[in-house]
Parts: sequence; C-alpha cells; structure tokens
Amino acid sequence: MKIIRASIIGFGSVGQGVAQVLLQKKEEIQKKGFDLKVVAVADSRSAAIDEKGLDLEKVLKSKKENGRVGSETLSGLEVIRNVEHEVVIETTPTDIETGGVGLDNMLTAFEKGMDVVTSNKGPLALKYGELAEAAQKNNAKFRFEATVGGAMPAINLIRDTIAGNSIISIEGILNGTCNYILTRMMEEHASYEQMLAESQELGIAETDPTYDVEGIDAACKLVILANYVFGMKATYHDVDVKGITSITPEALSLAQSEGYVIKQIGEVKDGCIQTSPRLVPESHPLAVGGTLNVVSVQTDLAGTVTSTGRGAGSIETASAILSDLISIYRED
Amino acid sequence: MRVSMDIELKDTPGQLLCALTPISELRGNLKSIVHHHEERTPRGTIPVQLVFEAEPDNLDAIIDKLKKNGIGISRVDEKRLIEEGAVILIGHIVHTDIQDTINSIDRTGYAEVVDISLSMPHINTTSSASLKICAVGIKELHEAISILKNVAEKKDLLVVEPIRAEFS
Repeated sequence: MKIIRASIIGFGSVGQGVAQVLLQKKEEIQKKGFDLKVVAVADSRSAAIDEKGLDLEKVLKSKKENGRVGSETLSGLEVIRNVEHEVVIETTPTDIETGGVGLDNMLTAFEKGMDVVTSNKGPLALKYGELAEAAQKNNAKFRFEATVGGAMPAINLIRDTIAGNSIISIEGILNGTCNYILTRMMEEHASYEQMLAESQELGIAETDPTYDVEGIDAACKLVILANYVFGMKATYHDVDVKGITSITPEALSLAQSEGYVIKQIGEVKDGCIQTSPRLVPESHPLAVGGTLNVVSVQTDLAGTVTSTGRGAGSIETASAILSDLISIYRED
Repeated sequence: MRVSMDIELKDTPGQLLCALTPISELRGNLKSIVHHHEERTPRGTIPVQLVFEAEPDNLDAIIDKLKKNGIGISRVDEKRLIEEGAVILIGHIVHTDIQDTINSIDRTGYAEVVDISLSMPHINTTSSASLKICAVGIKELHEAISILKNVAEKKDLLVVEPIRAEFS
C-alpha cells in the first residue's frame, strides 16, 4: 500500500478536527488504497515531528493540556521546508488583509512540489491566480473544498459530479452565522442585536462578528467560486457587499406576509459577484434555516443543482479536507 | 402587455388561421385559445376566446388586420401591467420623502407602485416597508427596481430585492 506523508500546519479547531477525523477514519482511508501518515504538526508556537508517523492522539492531548503540539520550535513554514512529505494540510486562520502565513505556506509547498489541501480562505480570496499557477508549474495538486461552505459540497460538486456542464450562475447562502441570526430574528420577532448576542452565547458567532455579519466571509467564498468556476481574476475587493446589520424584525414580517424569507444570498453571474440580503420565496430550495449553507448551481445540461449542508464546525470542515485527500490519492 | 379578446368566427374552414395570422405577424405571443365550437352566437358565428401578449403599439394594427380578415371582435381587454414584484425597503423611508421614492417608479411610465405596507416602530428608529411594483414586462420590472436602488442609495435606504430566479 502506498504511504502518503502529510503535515498539518495550523492546529486550531480545524487542524484538531482533521487529526480526530484521520484517527477515526484510518481503516476507511486504507480501503481507498493508501495510508496517510502525519509526519508533522505545527501550531503557532510549536511543532511535533516524527518521520515514522506521529501518534495523533498524543498530539491532541498535548495541545489540550499544554496548549502546544510538541517541543520543537520550528514554524509551520520551516516544517514545510525541512520535513520530507507529500501533502500539506493547511489549516491556519484566515487573514483577508494579507493572506497571512497561509499564503507563504502554500506557495512554499508548491515550490517544493508538494500537494496542498486547505480550509484557509484568505490566500485564495486574495491570490488564487498566483496559487493555482504555482501549483500547476510544480505539478502539485491544490484542493480547497473546505474553504467554501464546510461540509456542503460545492467545489467538488462542480469539479466532479456535474463535470461537463457549463455553469451559468451560482447563488447560495455561504455563511451560517448570518443565516442563524436571520432565521432566529424571524422566529422570535427579535432585533438583530438580540439575536447576535444569542448566537455569540451559543458560539455560532465570533466575539468580533464583523467578518460574518458584514458579508466579508461570504464574499471570500464567492471569490473562490468565481475564480475556480468562471476563471475570473477577482479578489474579495471586487465583490459588491451588503451585510445583514440593518435588517429589522419588521422587514422580516413584511417579507413573510408576501410569502418570502430574507436571506443573505451570494451570487456569481454575468461577471458580477455580489452578496446582500435578498427575498427568497418560502418554498424555494435556497430558503434553508438555522446555520445551514446552501448553494444552487445553474447549468446548461443538468438544469439547477442544489446542495445543502453544514457550513462550519471543525469536524464538518475536516470532512471536506478528508474528501479532498481521498480524491487526490485514492486508487480506483 | 397581455390582451384578452373575444372574437367570432364564421363556421367555414380556415377561419381560425385568419384570426391567428395577424397576431403572429405582429409578433404577438399566444397564451391560450378556447374554441367554443359547440356554441353559436345569435349571429350563427362561433365564439373564440384568445389571450396573447403583444407590444402595446401593435394592438391597433392587430385589430385592423383581424377586421380586414372578416373576423368579428366582441370584446378587447388589455392588462398593461402584467409583471409583479415585491421589494422591501429599510431605513428612514418616510423622512427621506416617501412620495419622491414612489414617484421615481411611477414616472417611468412602464411601472407603478401598486401597494405599500409601512412599519414604523418608533419615530427615531429605522422603518421598514414592502412595496409591490407592477410593470409592463419582466425587463421593465428589473429596470424599475434598478431605478429604485439608485434612489435608495442616495437616501441611505437598503433595498431587499427578490433573488433573480424569482423573475425568470
């Protein structure tokens, strides 16, 4: 059986989710024809390295107890440069201003001819063209299903399942926090501020919810879809963005009396990328509630294909990363 | 616009074709025909109900051609505004001259605000309104909403419009 050596760079909730999923799915992965051996894990302060394969349970325990993954002081970038392996699982936090360490990690991996599977939106929303070119130039695989809607299939749906179709447009709900707040505002006839507070208490919204509620997170995901699917050379600055902060409970009630719900909808069509609150008929496939994400793809052959699923959560995001890993290395 | 028309045909072959040709020649789009062959008018003709879409400028020419073909016309109803859409406005809707906002659509000549519901919870907080807009066609409905969005932007109002699938 072929052995694929991997590193997990970034060991926050997604990185830890990946480690848990790899432990849980070890046998299933082997049934796909390869063994995935994690030879290095790096967080922002430390690294754990073992060329024979790390004990992920020990790494998870160390992170939980000491806040560090190991005793090494190498950075993620140094791990990519110095440790022999085939695939970098890049799960550092999103930085939408500069691309952050994730951008350097990915470019360095490609320079060394390594494959990259990532959940990190920032580098792709700013420099997708550069990254895709670097991957191609070095004959490396680049997969990023986890950057758009967590466990909800979007990129791979278009890449594999409906391959051969021309995509006319894409629209959907790409941020679970906005969807939760709008759903609860309608259910409780409560203000935006009240429901934001509730979602923060439940851990659905961040302490600083700006990325989510101002539409920036959804805009990044739309840019990734626009660049991958339509070959647009867009960055997140090209998106027309309106968030949900000014939505009132009265507006939701008025919409409801006309047979609509208000949803934060992102759309890529005719070269335009926008995300804004929109009216969606109550019975429409895009009218999903709670924290769900949904994407609807208009195609020439298959008509409209809609995919719904959980857009966030460490295990859900790790599921998308696992699916990318399997699709690269599986033996049919 | 959508036209509903009652016509009367003589009970001879080719009459229906004489009635439909002028409509298609002038780019009318037929929506339904109900041919009451078993009924007769007091004049012994067969009543037929037609519904079609046509450019407003072409309706008189269609009627003239029908008459020239010997087709009797007993009723013509035109529904000019056939497309309807709803939008939600959020902001200081009343204080930013609501009449002017409505007029921006009404003065287009091809679209009108036909219904408005307003909710103003407090004098100083933002209000919300749902507007129903009717237009002569789908293209005109899009244009009317686009005009409304321009006006709303200047007045710092948020327009929540339906997803595009709603319109197509």
